[in-house]
Amino acid sequence: MEEQTLKVQKIKNGIVIDHIPCGMALKVLKILNINGDIGSTVSLVMHVKSRMGCKDVVKIEDRFLEEREIDKIALIAPTATVNVIENYKVVNKHKVELPDEIVGIVRCMNPRCITNQREPVVPEFKVVSKNPVIIKCKYCEREMGVEDIIENIL
Amino acid sequence: MFKGRDIVSIKELSKEEMDIIFEVAREMIPIAKGERKNNLLEGKILATLFFEPSTRTRLSFESAMNRLGGSVIGFSNPSATSISKGETLADTVRVMDSYSDVIVIRHPYEGSARLAAEFAKNPVINAGDGAGQHPTQTLLDLFTIHQEFGEIEGLNVALIGDLKYGRTVHSLAYALSYLGANIYLVSPELLRMPSHIIRELKEKPMETDKIEDVIEDVDVLYVTRIQKERFPDPTEYKKVAGSYRITPELLKKAKDRAIVMHPLPRVDEIESDVDYTKHARYFQQAFNGVPVRMALLALVLGVV
Repeated sequence: MEEQTLKVQKIKNGIVIDHIPCGMALKVLKILNINGDIGSTVSLVMHVKSRMGCKDVVKIEDRFLEEREIDKIALIAPTATVNVIENYKVVNKHKVELPDEIVGIVRCMNPRCITNQREPVVPEFKVVSKNPVIIKCKYCEREMGVEDIIENIL
Repeated sequence: MFKGRDIVSIKELSKEEMDIIFEVAREMIPIAKGERKNNLLEGKILATLFFEPSTRTRLSFESAMNRLGGSVIGFSNPSATSISKGETLADTVRVMDSYSDVIVIRHPYEGSARLAAEFAKNPVINAGDGAGQHPTQTLLDLFTIHQEFGEIEGLNVALIGDLKYGRTVHSLAYALSYLGANIYLVSPELLRMPSHIIRELKEKPMETDKIEDVIEDVDVLYVTRIQKERFPDPTEYKKVAGSYRITPELLKKAKDRAIVMHPLPRVDEIESDVDYTKHARYFQQAFNGVPVRMALLALVLGVV
């Protein structure tokens, strides 16, 4: 496994998002809003063989994550861990955790939901299932899966 | 248990709570008929916020409030109010809340009653939010069945007609399943109940496109209107609508005690001759809207 991970160089400062479910790395980048015009180096390995079967890994140099961003990762990659790297060393390692309620990071996919009108409310969802991730709008009760979540991330 | 409570979704009510509502509704019947006077809600004001047209729901709420000695304010034509000037629902609700003791709301957007409940200090009752919930309709439907059979558990109930777009049948199916009824879904292929609604039912219902398959087994035939605009081809509509019509001949095959229900308005899915058979309960059902809504108003205002 070590050999596989070494396909990508160690980074000096930044974050390593490990144990992303297989095939989800590009979606993780998408919800973090990381696209072509980022100034730092981003490396990505997909389909790394691991004890659990298969995983994706993303390394982003000189970038740190806000709590809100970690919650977003939890929504689509609930098994991921986020390692904070400083001077080539892991200084902080934590598993993302999908909370029971999601507030203000996804909009409801239902165009006829009152939260998509001009009202002073923040979209709120209950997590109905963690594997696979299914969330339910607190207002209109519409359920959304991972693909819907990615399309509607705020 | 009920004082100050919002009634937004049928899913938030337990069987015990529904039984209390039915018990109070039963006591309200003579008052709803005008046979007995009562001033339980004297001095209380109901605000009806109808952002969409409705006759039955709005008028039965008004009748319920008036029968209990309370008064009603509100609107049923939002174009004549400040909403047409672009006021948010949250603001409208906060203002109306300060003028009244309880709010009843119907709104075209889903989740609007939940939003209203968050912004109002007083109880909010959902009278239909878009394709979402309409819990007082479900309660009056259940009350009608309960009145007839005493118990809902174990009954065979057929939901017939447009099971795709009709929100009434969605919450009713959920509640019937929760209360232990056996559900039969009878609809044309094009108008089958959506899978996300079926997923929420305790047991997988029997599905068919022919009433004849279930007529001999069911205790309740809950009929809904099949709308012409759902069909791209008008001749197809005619063919389909005709095969879901309830007639006295069809009812000859039904159980002796079977009842026919309909949320109304009906067009021609139930022949008018059925009105005179022992099976017809739809006008009784429509009347039940008054005692059930009286019960809800009295309960959330904490006077019973």
